[in-house]
Amino acid sequence: MSAVVVEHDHHADDHHDHGPAKGLLRWIITTNHKDIGTLYLLFALAMFFVGGSMAMVIRAELFEPGLQFVDPAFFNSMTTMHALVMVFGAVMPAFVGLANWQIPLMIGAADMALPRMNNMSFWMLVAGVLLLASTLFMEGGAPNGGWTLYPPLVLQPITVGKALPFAVFSVHLLGISSIMGAINIIATIFNMRAPAMKLMDMPLFVWTWLITAFLLIAVMPVFAGAVTMLLTDKFFHTSFFNAAGGGDPVLYEHIFWFFGHPEVYIMILPTFGVASTIIPVFARKPLFGYASMVWATASIAFLSFIVWAHHMFTVGMPIAGELYFMYATMLIAVPTGVKVFNWTATMWKGAMTFETPMLFSIAFVVLFTMGGFTGLMMAIAPADFQYHDTYFIVAHFHYTLVPASVFILMAAGYFWLPKWTGHMYNEKIGQLHFWLSTISVNILFFPQHFLGLAGMPRRIPDYAVQFADWNMISSIGGFIFGASQLLFLYIVIDTIKGGTGEKVSDEVWEEASKHSLEWTLPSPVPYHTWTTPPAIVPTEHVLDSH
Amino acid sequence: MSTNTAYYIPHKATWPVIGTVGLVTMLAGFANYLNGSSIGPTLMVVGLVVFIVMLVGWFTLQAHESEAGMYSTQVGVSYRMGMMWFIFSEIIFFAVFFGTLWYTRNLSVPWLGEGATKELLHSTFEATWPTNGPGKLGGDFKPMGAWGLPFLNTLLLLSSGVTCTWAHHGLLAKNRDQLIKGLIATVSLGFLFVTFQAFEYHEAYTEMGLTLGSGVYGSTFFMLTGFHGFHVCVGAIILSVVLFRSWKGHFQPENHFAFEAAAWYWHFVDVVWLGLFVFVYLI
Ligand code: HEM
Ligand SMILES: [Cu+2]
Repeated sequence: MSAVVVEHDHHADDHHDHGPAKGLLRWIITTNHKDIGTLYLLFALAMFFVGGSMAMVIRAELFEPGLQFVDPAFFNSMTTMHALVMVFGAVMPAFVGLANWQIPLMIGAADMALPRMNNMSFWMLVAGVLLLASTLFMEGGAPNGGWTLYPPLVLQPITVGKALPFAVFSVHLLGISSIMGAINIIATIFNMRAPAMKLMDMPLFVWTWLITAFLLIAVMPVFAGAVTMLLTDKFFHTSFFNAAGGGDPVLYEHIFWFFGHPEVYIMILPTFGVASTIIPVFARKPLFGYASMVWATASIAFLSFIVWAHHMFTVGMPIAGELYFMYATMLIAVPTGVKVFNWTATMWKGAMTFETPMLFSIAFVVLFTMGGFTGLMMAIAPADFQYHDTYFIVAHFHYTLVPASVFILMAAGYFWLPKWTGHMYNEKIGQLHFWLSTISVNILFFPQHFLGLAGMPRRIPDYAVQFADWNMISSIGGFIFGASQLLFLYIVIDTIKGGTGEKVSDEVWEEASKHSLEWTLPSPVPYHTWTTPPAIVPTEHVLDSH
Repeated sequence: MSTNTAYYIPHKATWPVIGTVGLVTMLAGFANYLNGSSIGPTLMVVGLVVFIVMLVGWFTLQAHESEAGMYSTQVGVSYRMGMMWFIFSEIIFFAVFFGTLWYTRNLSVPWLGEGATKELLHSTFEATWPTNGPGKLGGDFKPMGAWGLPFLNTLLLLSSGVTCTWAHHGLLAKNRDQLIKGLIATVSLGFLFVTFQAFEYHEAYTEMGLTLGSGVYGSTFFMLTGFHGFHVCVGAIILSVVLFRSWKGHFQPENHFAFEAAAWYWHFVDVVWLGLFVFVYLI
């Protein structure tokens, strides 16, 4: 690898200053990984509140049986759009934002490998989300056939109105954005790493993102292909999913879930990476089983390609298929268990302190494990005939997404904001945010297990009176959870504007610089970093496997 | 060889956002058009023009930077990785449609023609391939044979792969004449391929009753060959740009990423065609 010295190139442009462009334009034409990371994170935060408002509409309508506030079609638009906005607008972009900020800092690279394309990935994301959001204001409303967009339902005039082509093109743009982002991440990790850092020295956040990027490139085109066929079935007389012409709607489900299952791991693997980064710092111990973490991540990614039909047990598969997908799915619990074990062992006998990032990370370990267990229950094909399409699934995936991915995103915010801004957040409010979130998220989602087991179907605006009590409790939890997140918004703004006023050290967290490179840089991080790659890299996090 | 060992990091970029605006305008226009709104076509054209301007502007910029020696070897590695993974994502995209063809022929069509489905719903339906399904959608049609134009097209594309490699050898041997001749041959063969495909489609629509609406056979046939044809066009346009640059004296034996990327893309399109020829036309 040639020396990674970034000199300003004088034939290239005549601006001798290395700083950003002035004013608003800075954010539009920037190629700086930190600026782009910030854009991603702020966009994701905004979308978190947009998607969150939709969730509030859902919980308000379900507060009591009967139809209260919204009409059923709009209710279904809300469940559909809530999912799409949260998955593609909030969680995925937030992790890409973290990747942009952190990967170059953590591997000693001057920037992302392909800075112009990095800018384009972000704007494609915005374009895709805008296209999707525009359907909310159209005649017939936003898509309301569910985020899975199953035909023939999604092709009926009543469920789609004018929205279908916009939703399809939005998926294309989001796909292009994700693929470009993923390519950039892979090229950065392989080509821009400080020569001193071997692959097996990389922080786990970098490892998990490398594997996630591969998943993204491998499955986003699958989703793009599936929705393209929806479009041609609707507008160009094809019969891919139409039995009258020899096609099969079940084919769509296969293609969708071939994308969809890896997609859920796209949201959880970087989560694992951040957790594996935070826990050792506050346990003041090396990460337990670094190498096994890397292998577990890779195995989960591999398995995620061969389990998709566990979403389709009730669709009418041959018995051999049911059995295969049941056992294959259960296998995922093995590497997942390795991870949970390793996090726990990292904390074992550690000199732990419980700052907000650590609190969120511990809650993640516990609550994600619950989501994993319900997943295991649903993986049992005969049992899933009972659980499928009920609130039990809703509880399952919300446990794996909210107190897991979202909590870890919050943890990452608390963990790295002081580094990025040079200001300390208010620990008291942080802890309040943590406790309110953790208690309310359980009031919100735990009762949904009972509802699902008792048979309450998902995606309905009204329900039998027997489900009333738990729904009301769940809604109350939902409102508290929603309101608590405003604290996070407050903290983010407050910290950017100066936080507690306390000047943070370069290391921010005690001995953090033993774990990862970013803590050896000044706080706040300068606009350009690692113009010469570091000569030595921290290895505390890999100690246990050497 | 580039004169620069530093990793070039551009500081400001205007083309990406312009390209995004162009693309989203084009798609929004297309969606409006599909919904029957009259502003659709205008938006599409405007978006397309902006998008093309972006492509020209951005690639010109890259070409200038490359020729000015601003890209170190390491930058070249990033570009090559980018191109490889982009092609990988394209392979997956085609795999979806090949998978669809496989599933339809081997699973869903046979299922329609057996057991209770057949007895109760459409007892006269025979599960054979090609088919337009129990509803005989699109009416009677003749399937596309392999040995006419498609076979000729196979020969054309395969030879274009050879001429492309020949051009590459010319470039490496600093034989500009061979480079340019090889590229001219490759581009011409590519466009000839597309022309023949247009004839093929014309014949399908006007004489064989075979359309996109001809049930699942028509759907898979036109979707697979159509997307491929589109990729041939894109590849041929990229190669034309490379030809133009070669003619202007660009590229050195150690520094010709654009040529390599175009050639990789072309070989990828070639291989996809072989898959099509076997699975769509031959068997
Ligand atoms: C041990 C690991 C896991 C297992 C065994 C598992 C298993 C399952 C099964 C069998 C279903 C289908 C249930 C049905 O439709 O009847 C399901 C649904 C789902 N899972 Fe998991 N899961 C696991 C982890 C995760 C993770 C980590 C995430 C996300 C980060 C996740 C997100 C989802 C989502 C979103 C759905 C519902 C999709 C829908 O129908 O809309 N799961 N899971
Ligand atoms: Cu799954």
